[in-house]
Amino acid sequence: MTAAEQPRTMAPKRRLTRKQRRLVLIAAAGAVLCLAAGLVLFALRDTIVFFYGPTEIAEKGVAPGTRMRLGGLVETGSVTRGPGQRVTFSITDSRTAIKVSYEGLLPDLFREGQGVVTEGVFQGAGQFRADSVLAKHDETYMPREVADTLKKQGHWQPGSSAPTPQAKP
Amino acid sequence: MIVEIGHFALALALGVAVVQALVPLWGVARHDRALAGVGSAAAVTCFLLVALSFGALVASYARSDFSVENVVANSHSTQPLIYKFTSVWGNHEGSMLLWVLILTLFGALVAMSRRSLPVRLRAGTLAAQGMVTVAFLAFTLLTSNPFRRMLPAPPEGQDLNPILQDLGLAIHPPLLYVGYVGFSITYAFAVAALIDGRIDAVWARAVRPWTLLAWVFLTLGIAMGSYWAYYELGWGGWWFWDPVENASLMPWLAGTALIHSTVVMEKRDSLKVWTILLAILTFSLSLLGTFIVRSGVLTSVHSFASDPSRGLFILGILIFFVGGSLALFAWRAPLLRQGGLFAPVSREGALVVNNVFIATACATVFIGTLYPLVLEMVTGDKISVGPPFFNATFIPVLVPLLLVLPLGQSLAWKRGDLLGAAQRNAMAFGIAIVVALAAIALTRGGPVLAPLGIGLGVFLVAGAAFDLGERIVARASGWPAMLSRAKGLPRSTWGAAFAHAGVGLSVIGIAAAAWSTEAIGVLKPGERLTSGRYTIVLESILPRSGPNFRAEVARFQIFSGNRELGPLEAGKRVYTARAMPTTEAGIHTDGLSQAYVALGEPQGDGAIAVRLYDKPLILLIWIGAIVMAFGGALSLTDRRFRLAAPRRAAPQPVAAQPAE
Repeated sequence: MTAAEQPRTMAPKRRLTRKQRRLVLIAAAGAVLCLAAGLVLFALRDTIVFFYGPTEIAEKGVAPGTRMRLGGLVETGSVTRGPGQRVTFSITDSRTAIKVSYEGLLPDLFREGQGVVTEGVFQGAGQFRADSVLAKHDETYMPREVADTLKKQGHWQPGSSAPTPQAKP
Repeated sequence: MIVEIGHFALALALGVAVVQALVPLWGVARHDRALAGVGSAAAVTCFLLVALSFGALVASYARSDFSVENVVANSHSTQPLIYKFTSVWGNHEGSMLLWVLILTLFGALVAMSRRSLPVRLRAGTLAAQGMVTVAFLAFTLLTSNPFRRMLPAPPEGQDLNPILQDLGLAIHPPLLYVGYVGFSITYAFAVAALIDGRIDAVWARAVRPWTLLAWVFLTLGIAMGSYWAYYELGWGGWWFWDPVENASLMPWLAGTALIHSTVVMEKRDSLKVWTILLAILTFSLSLLGTFIVRSGVLTSVHSFASDPSRGLFILGILIFFVGGSLALFAWRAPLLRQGGLFAPVSREGALVVNNVFIATACATVFIGTLYPLVLEMVTGDKISVGPPFFNATFIPVLVPLLLVLPLGQSLAWKRGDLLGAAQRNAMAFGIAIVVALAAIALTRGGPVLAPLGIGLGVFLVAGAAFDLGERIVARASGWPAMLSRAKGLPRSTWGAAFAHAGVGLSVIGIAAAAWSTEAIGVLKPGERLTSGRYTIVLESILPRSGPNFRAEVARFQIFSGNRELGPLEAGKRVYTARAMPTTEAGIHTDGLSQAYVALGEPQGDGAIAVRLYDKPLILLIWIGAIVMAFGGALSLTDRRFRLAAPRRAAPQPVAAQPAE
């Protein structure tokens, strides 16, 4: 150890016992943990976003203006482009369809008949304004939420990315 | 034939790993040195067998042997050779084999390390490592066998996912895995210490290089993955707080805490119980990460062909190793003896502060990552926890730590002087304030917090530089004296300074991201688009073809103001085997900043949608990570790790506790 690392003043300080030191440590750690717990609880109330399928929106009575994630399949023949970067399409779970409008570039794997997850604000009356459309890395990959939504409607078999037309009992 | 040899070698490795897991412990129990030493030979043999097996899989890929199911599913004969190699770990089975290869490599390295480890510690460590190896070899053989044959062999393979056909795949997974799996060694050391019932500075000194090594690789792996996602996904983002990213961040945070707590243990022989717990938790978080990535229980943008049924097996492994080690910890930890004392205001105290904050930050990431899973199990509600959550929890916990980091760095060991530390950092703090004020003045009306973030980053870099400077200049007069003092400083001091400065550089890069701008336009040749400081002019759109893809390439000229920066190309590729499109972003590096161009849909009338970003100082994010890793590597070459560890036999004030 070098002198530079030594404290410059050795003011006579009260010596803490081992127990007191440990208490200081525990109190400090506790304070930080309390702060973090507070932040987490606060953030969990305000920042989480619920995921719904098209049918669930009606079932659960989602209020217009709610920020949420919407997932399902892009309805075949529903994608219309323009003007500019505006894209509208329908997301369906084969029972209910919600019209989605989105402004921006779509991910590479966005296609009709594909599973998709969007995040945005529910406008009411079957309308949804998305501000992000989630991309995926793999064309056979189905977001789990979307798979569950489709399974609920009885339209999905594992291993296939498109729903089979025949509903299973 | 090669394939069968590979399969057989893997099965044989499982048998050897069972020996490695059991015999050394038996030898220790019977006080039989020969039996206890079997672990070393077993570990090396196990590594050689797994390496043979991995080599067989690589050979199958290189020869495009389409009688192997795994090769069919992930390779194509037209792939460039480099991607045939990287395809080996571009899938679940192959990446598990890489995982096991690295696991056994670390076992073999411990077995062969010339450092004199106490016999019981080495035996226990190799046994614990052997147990992990057994579990993962069994997992690979039973659920994810990469050598399964497919007969009759199809004439052509299905190609690798095009997003993975990139140099990033050659670099990112191996780096990340060395990091993830490297922490298995610290875990094994912790378990061995608990079985042995004694832990002291010798243990800390033996563990620290392994922790540093794993941490260096994990740092590089995460940074590389982040940069890869940034240029490959075409959204211009570099961190999404995605579950798979968090899965790698958690062990990194725990490992960072562990690096700091082992310093205290080595120096003062205290914080033992906490350090052991951290060593266990770090690898547990690595296992949790493997579970999250491999099972697909959480929706991630980085998910590649995951399989929930295999996830259950990994969950079993996770529960066994985490639960088992924590039970062992609860049973044995009370045996550990108290160590030396230090004042709350001291370097040791500062390192404790570091641990408290980093562990808390890690906990917030943990909660944010797993809360959706728990909520869905309890209430059935599906939620997503995104960047807003982490911005509101992780950042407020970490920023205070970074603010006091330079102070802690200049406190003395054992008993420090807070006022003195503050004085020593006054200059660095002053520079940071000036830079922050300058940033506010230059970007009037911009984001409020970003200049403060820049200031924080500058404080960290300047603090590290001044701390080094002080150690070199203090009491040394004249250049030769300073040079010899600089040489005399321990490498670990240099390493810490670099690592902390690296954190500062990354903080600057992250803060500057607040000033990035984005513009979207539909361009025809000759038209221009401006975002922030950059303007691009579309010149032409041409078709192009590669070995296994077709591409549309848009050529641009890029300008900063009126200054021409040169040509820039961005493209969209369609890989023929899977008919899958990918975006090839065009990136122009301008100093530390980048202009980033991604193509969208062609609009039909010869126009194309284009997205242009101005990303100021973004390179600092990854440069910072590289500087951190460099600091870690520098610490790794410290003298005290190269020399033999002090013998335990030497009379020590802290008497070792007998195990039985």
